[in-house]
Amino acid sequence: MNRTVPDILAAHPGAGRDALIPLLQEVQEAEGYISRAAVAELGTHLDLPASRIYGVATFYNQFRFQPLGRYHVQVCRGTACHVKGSLGVFAAIKRTLKIEDGETSRDGLFSLEVVSCLGACGLAPLVAVNGQVHGEVTPESVVEILRRYRREGAVA
Amino acid sequence: MPMIEVNGRQVTAREGGTLLDALRRAGIQVPTLCHYEGLPPTGSCRLCVVEVEGAPNLVPSCSFPVSEGMRVQTHSPRAVRARKTIVELLLSNHPDDCLYCAQHGNCRLQDLSEDLGVRQRRLPGSRTRLPRDISSPAIVRDPDKCILCGRCIRACAEVQTVAAIDFTGRGSGTRVDTAFGEGLNISSCINCGQCVMVCPTGALTERSHLDQVESALQDPDLVPVVQVAPAISVSLAELFGEKPGRDVEGALNALLRRLGFARVFDTSFSADLTVMEEASELVARLQGAGPLPLMTSCSPGWIKFVETFYPDLIPNLSTCKSPQQMLGAIIKSRFAGIQGIDPARIYSVSIMPCTAKKFEAGRSEMLRGGLVDVDAVLTTRELAELVRRRGLKLGDQAPEPADMPFGRRSGAGKIFGASGGVTEAAIRTAHFLVTGRELEDLTVEPVRGPEGIKRARVQVGELELGVAVVSGLGNARRLLDEIREGRRDIHFVEVMTCPGGCINGGGQPIGTRPGAITARMRALYRIDKGETVRTAHANPAVRSLYADFLGEPLSGLSHELLHTHYEARTPLR
Repeated sequence: MNRTVPDILAAHPGAGRDALIPLLQEVQEAEGYISRAAVAELGTHLDLPASRIYGVATFYNQFRFQPLGRYHVQVCRGTACHVKGSLGVFAAIKRTLKIEDGETSRDGLFSLEVVSCLGACGLAPLVAVNGQVHGEVTPESVVEILRRYRREGAVA
Repeated sequence: MPMIEVNGRQVTAREGGTLLDALRRAGIQVPTLCHYEGLPPTGSCRLCVVEVEGAPNLVPSCSFPVSEGMRVQTHSPRAVRARKTIVELLLSNHPDDCLYCAQHGNCRLQDLSEDLGVRQRRLPGSRTRLPRDISSPAIVRDPDKCILCGRCIRACAEVQTVAAIDFTGRGSGTRVDTAFGEGLNISSCINCGQCVMVCPTGALTERSHLDQVESALQDPDLVPVVQVAPAISVSLAELFGEKPGRDVEGALNALLRRLGFARVFDTSFSADLTVMEEASELVARLQGAGPLPLMTSCSPGWIKFVETFYPDLIPNLSTCKSPQQMLGAIIKSRFAGIQGIDPARIYSVSIMPCTAKKFEAGRSEMLRGGLVDVDAVLTTRELAELVRRRGLKLGDQAPEPADMPFGRRSGAGKIFGASGGVTEAAIRTAHFLVTGRELEDLTVEPVRGPEGIKRARVQVGELELGVAVVSGLGNARRLLDEIREGRRDIHFVEVMTCPGGCINGGGQPIGTRPGAITARMRALYRIDKGETVRTAHANPAVRSLYADFLGEPLSGLSHELLHTHYEARTPLR
């Protein structure tokens, strides 16, 4: 960890435009998101305009453009979770945090990401917060879960 | 030469050409939306589909190579039905606010739906409601009207190599946007408006100054003064249904007076002034007073391009303001002085073939004593709209001359409107300044014509002057890269942002017929040829302005009024 964007680029000297997506992945791995500054550095390294890089990155769901919050909330919208009511859970989370998929709350506490499957369909519907899985959640219980994290975050 | 059969008729195609190319050359009309003449096909809109015998599906003619003996049906029921469906799908989430749209009556989508007989909304889709981008001083983007043909992106990235915009997102969420969805104003956009010129709908338009101009014209406390760029008189008539290349200068002057302007001046006069300053600057730099090559500074899109992409070459830019700003400054200083008018009461309007001029007029460097040089900029299109709003007709106007003294111009000032004109004008005057004699032949043929890069070597006294003339910023980029890599044989570089120069500027009529640009270009040179005064230094109005007011080119007062400076810009690019 703690690789910087220049570190990543230095490891790929002479990379061309075909290296854009793997490099975006490495940048997101290192920094948690794709920043303006990272796009500028990628553009210089690959000789690509910023609009092109942003265009490619927004084509894929995996890239985010806001830093991760202290608590990164992943809500599963896979088939099993959907059948078990994840739409309502997702709506409750958005309402509570006042952010959309891919966004981070202004206090930096929460970020939200929709994922397609967390591989624990037996516990559907489920959400994961910083990798900690919460199974069989309801729109009501997920609000309570988020409240606990918020209290914890306020104390810390 | 492959022979193909189209609709039962034999057609000769070009070896290695596309089917669309063969159809167009044979005069067979197949509609297109995404097709961009001169650029490689993308084949994305599918409107140009035709039936080819033996092919299992309809094929897009724009990207389909011709082959010997091919049999094609361009208007079979199947092909026509497919095209109609495509247009119906494009309309399914369109705002349908044609009556309120700036492109009403001049819209490819309207034309297509009419031609294909679309008479109802067969496929209702959910309308997108996205905010308009009104951040730019030059261009307004309305994403709801965008049909994602991608022509603006190609103009920006492939023609101008600016690439301020691209497709973002995916599927039904696809948009044309800047990096990080930031407004055009803080993107690398250079305001040239070439995207507006190629947009088939009203998704891209200029930022209108019509309302403020109209209220200024009604305000009894203001003195409205107008200047007209050299390219306008040979372009405006097209917006009133006339053939390209007709010069309507006299009628235009009359129209502007009917609209209520107290004075009608000619930007070609200040183009002459620019030549005096810039040729003097060139002579000074040839004697060691600054870096070479000297690069022209008339075209504000180009200026922002250098500031953004080549800030290391800013010292090479001429410090001359553009003719628009020079005349603006002279109007609020000399004109105000002669007339005894408080410059704050003068409302200075310019009619320009350009969207970037709107940006230029608002640059902070153009403020003097809290006053801007130019208060509002109207494009050729906006002027035509203003004329119609007032119920006036171009054809009804008896020709009138412009007002003196700043309506007086030379042929040199007039050809500024075409790529190569600035160079030709500057050579005429530089030759005189260096040798004290006029050029034997005032025509500098190698810098004329529609090519994107033109080079010439001209004998000026003892020096063989190397000049390069480029238009279109993709061409400019190629030249600048050579200069960065140490090319030293060029002394003078003229760059016009738009391909062909101002006659093809971003504020000009949209959807012009082929050949219109060359017709406008020829008209400018024809006017120059018919002038008795064809050099800037021989323009009596320029001479007396120096004698009575400015002193001499590059004087202290010249620098205060007619010169400017530039700054490096660092948008995400």
